[in-house]
Amino acid sequence: MDLYTEGSPVTDTRAPDGPIEGRWDSRRFAAKLVNPANRRKLTVIVVGTGLAGGSAAATLAEQGYRVRSYCYQDSPRRAHSIAAQGGINAAKNYRNDGDSVHRLFYDTVKGGDFRSRESNVHRLAEVSVNIIDQCVAQGVPFAREYGGLLDTRSFGGAQVQRTFYARGQTGQQLLLGAYQALERQVGLGNVEMNTRHEMLELIVVDGRARGIVVRDLVTGEITTEFADAVVLASGGYGNVFYLSTNAKGCNVTATWRAHRQGAYFANPCYTQIHPTCIPVSGDHQSKLTLMSESLRNDGRVWVPKAEGDDRDPREIPEDERDYYLERIYPSFGNLVPRDIASRAAKNVCDEGRGVGPTRLGVYLDFADAIRRLGRKSIEAKYGNLFEMYERITGEDPYEVPMRIYPAVHYTMGGLWVDYDLQATIPGLFVIGEANFSDHGANRLGASALMQGLADGYFVLPNTIANYLAAGPFEKLEPSHPAAVDARRTVEERINRLLSVDGDRTVDSFHRELGQIMWEHCGMERSAAGLRKAVDEIRALREEFWQRVRIVGDADGLNQSLEKAGRVADFFELAELMCIDALHREESCGGHFRAEHQSPDGEAQRDDERFAYVAAWEYGTEQPVLHKEDLKFEYVHPTQRSYK
Amino acid sequence: MAVTGLVLVLFLVAHMLGNLKIFTGAEDFDHYAHWLRDLGTPLLPYGWYLWLQRGGLLIALAGHIWAATMLAVRARSARPVRYAHRKKVQGSYAARTMRWGGVIIALFVIYHILDLTTGHLNPIGDPSRPQANVVADFAPERWYVTLFYTLAVVALGFHLRHGAYSALRSLGQQTPQGERRARGLALVFAVALSVGYLVVPFAVLLGLVR
Amino acid sequence: MNLTLRIWRQTGPEDKGRMVTYQVEDISPDMSFLEMLDVLNERLTLAGEEPVAFDHDCREGICGMCGMMINGNAHGPQRGTTACQLHMRQFADGDTIDIEPWRARAFPVVKDLVVNRNAFDQIIAGGGFVTAPTGSAPEAHAAPVAKAEADAAFESAACIGCGACVAACPNGSGMLFTAAKVTQLSLLPQGQPERYTRVIGMVDSHDDAGFGGCTNAGECTVVCPKGIPLHTIGRLNRDYLAATAKHTGRS
Repeated sequence: MDLYTEGSPVTDTRAPDGPIEGRWDSRRFAAKLVNPANRRKLTVIVVGTGLAGGSAAATLAEQGYRVRSYCYQDSPRRAHSIAAQGGINAAKNYRNDGDSVHRLFYDTVKGGDFRSRESNVHRLAEVSVNIIDQCVAQGVPFAREYGGLLDTRSFGGAQVQRTFYARGQTGQQLLLGAYQALERQVGLGNVEMNTRHEMLELIVVDGRARGIVVRDLVTGEITTEFADAVVLASGGYGNVFYLSTNAKGCNVTATWRAHRQGAYFANPCYTQIHPTCIPVSGDHQSKLTLMSESLRNDGRVWVPKAEGDDRDPREIPEDERDYYLERIYPSFGNLVPRDIASRAAKNVCDEGRGVGPTRLGVYLDFADAIRRLGRKSIEAKYGNLFEMYERITGEDPYEVPMRIYPAVHYTMGGLWVDYDLQATIPGLFVIGEANFSDHGANRLGASALMQGLADGYFVLPNTIANYLAAGPFEKLEPSHPAAVDARRTVEERINRLLSVDGDRTVDSFHRELGQIMWEHCGMERSAAGLRKAVDEIRALREEFWQRVRIVGDADGLNQSLEKAGRVADFFELAELMCIDALHREESCGGHFRAEHQSPDGEAQRDDERFAYVAAWEYGTEQPVLHKEDLKFEYVHPTQRSYK
Repeated sequence: MAVTGLVLVLFLVAHMLGNLKIFTGAEDFDHYAHWLRDLGTPLLPYGWYLWLQRGGLLIALAGHIWAATMLAVRARSARPVRYAHRKKVQGSYAARTMRWGGVIIALFVIYHILDLTTGHLNPIGDPSRPQANVVADFAPERWYVTLFYTLAVVALGFHLRHGAYSALRSLGQQTPQGERRARGLALVFAVALSVGYLVVPFAVLLGLVR
Repeated sequence: MNLTLRIWRQTGPEDKGRMVTYQVEDISPDMSFLEMLDVLNERLTLAGEEPVAFDHDCREGICGMCGMMINGNAHGPQRGTTACQLHMRQFADGDTIDIEPWRARAFPVVKDLVVNRNAFDQIIAGGGFVTAPTGSAPEAHAAPVAKAEADAAFESAACIGCGACVAACPNGSGMLFTAAKVTQLSLLPQGQPERYTRVIGMVDSHDDAGFGGCTNAGECTVVCPKGIPLHTIGRLNRDYLAATAKHTGRS
């Protein structure tokens, strides 16, 4: 293909072998350790303070390392992990319902549509049980039964009840637990916390990641910061779509800058789209709000049978409604997995049967459930969600069916890491959503929190020692040529952004980029569409650098400047996403290619050709593809079917 | 704040009960006033108990005002720049009038002492005839005295309502039921005390006590 | 809808700041309050004026980053709602809306509507945690927690740390924020060993940060977007009294 070149395969040299149950143990045993007395001489920079970054920073500091933590928000407690609603999976088998580490491992590999590494997923399942213990010990108020023990529920179609939760605010409670552990270390002087600081470049010295360039968002000051290792926990890149359920500030800059410095970016096209979000209400829309998936347990999804039916939904008689999920997937009905529910909604809207002012929406109707269970019981289950819906839309979902539409929610792709969570640049570690993670092509519900905390509390603090054992490394000064270069790159870029002085706002570009991505690299992708998208993105990027307008200067808080830097990186990432999506000529998990579907519209994987991780190397002309082959010894690939 | 407030509240209760003696007759009332000075004799010389009590009250009052001033100073320094648009009270009206209410009450107490204790501002001002002083004080033609007295007692009621509730909170009430109980208790107490204080002047005003 | 906005503009911490009047036209009632400000900022940018700086992130009412005084109400007129979840249908065409930053010495203004709330982090660092180093945790079911206690702990744990309580408090006190964390942890068995050192540490940090004292005025709980109840402060007081009785020196 003309858009990329292919390089040599990449292999995970840290991956242990032997029986899968013993791999994590054997890796920990083989890894070098750092003497407690030497840990104080070693500094680690952690970028991001979400579940992964917050827990990693706290744990590393507890172990005795000197930690410097950075976040762009005004407090580490605000990282977007806080918005996760549903819960966290763990193979505790408290329900005695047949769950086990092996079953969680199996479900996760299968849920990832056979595009993840077995060893990593098994480790994730193993440490899941420690996470729950850890969080309970911190005082996380999980939901409990009357007997005082932890309550669990089934989530996202799992057949076992392994999801621990704290009402609809599990992410918040887990994050606050990590945040409190982090603040304890801040109070003890073991962590230097830098809020309202944004990482804008990675400093690589002699092939090792040795520091970062940060901008103090309040004073505008740009500084170079050094350490013996750098950990990126900067989250996902869903905001490339402009409209997503991510926080407004979520961005790809930290990982993208590392990518430009040589770190491979893996599987960028794997995007999870969540079926139950509140639809867009107009051009002013700045973000999308997720409604918990649990709503599909009692709500029925439908659209009118006829195109362009504008009647009040309550006046449309039963036989003129199409409960399309129940019709197409009789055995799973409204509970089909996220990607299937999302695509089905897109299809009916494409047929012109969408509802609401924009016609991009379907009904989620609780009338039957209210009739069957009574309003009180629905209120007890979903009261807070219904209230939120009413606050946003002004409609009462007890009376009028809710309108929902899919929205970008999570990105499975990210920087490529080995079993130790180390990127292709030695000394650069990537954890949480920022790495290409353990989710393969699709993430199961309630697994994001599990992975973030597994990486931060248990995996990274063990594996990073193997690297740090070789330290401390040479002490660096800001005058080091590599630091000077990195700093100059940042300053030049900022000056260039400010000097354009054009006639379009940053948001207008971001919104347009999002439309291109949603149209061509969203729920359904095609070769023609992706090629078109690449051209459009390039043209728009060109225009951005000629017409963007940023008022104000770089000497203080300038939110437009911050946004502009992030959008500039999104342009580059967007192109890579489209190239990745174009090269992957199969449908798997969060990547659906129109050309690769069964006659009845189901995703068709191609294990012969595509059972690999696509790790992209940055190239000034073209990206270079490195393949990492995936082997399945324990879970054998099968085609998913939810009919 | 809570501890000094409680001492003052105990005094208010005793003072009110004493006031109500006016309904059992002039001799009784005068006798009570006299008894206060006689209390503690022969252990203490005549009048000493009252002075001890006055001393105690003064310390409590000073402590109360000092604590209130510290809170007010902290509050001022905690918000150096004021809001341009300040919404009216949303929580409790009584809570928001504590400081001005306290000042009004303090002014009243000074007046009240000059009036009925030292007698300087009283039309009769004879320390040996307290009942007569009271009756003269609230005579219908001196309606403004009654009005001022009423205003002060109402301010006191508000002050007590929030004060009593807040004191219960400071001293450890901590459950939702406890909060409701504390609110109810504070309200009943404040109303009872205000009524207890107001019946005297109104009884005089209406000629029920001569 | 057409609206008149009077917004606090302040170029930086040293600037004195002032209210500036803006007109915005064609506002849809379906917009969120922050989207309305986005519209204003787009227009200001194109006109070459600096857009209004305001904090926001998740825009779904959970991160606690947004917060502003809207017509004298912390987070605006709708109860139980953060500024980002407030929608313009709560206002009427032709309204004048005053928008100011949180005002407290402990929350100095950074720029326009943006304030520095690091003082809240300091309060947590002062003791708002359970000391449980990673790896040392006992089995999760080792200490059962009665459902009622767990639910009550959750109710307090719902605090998002937005600072509305401080902004609305006539005393500029951060006691509701402090009490929410004290209450959450003092209700759980895991929080018991540090129960009394925690409350003293947190209240000390609170006072050191320059917050005012609590007089139980109750304005905080009215504006709290998560409805943290006032009786949490009673619980803090009780623990504080017990703590000072137990530990004569400050630990």
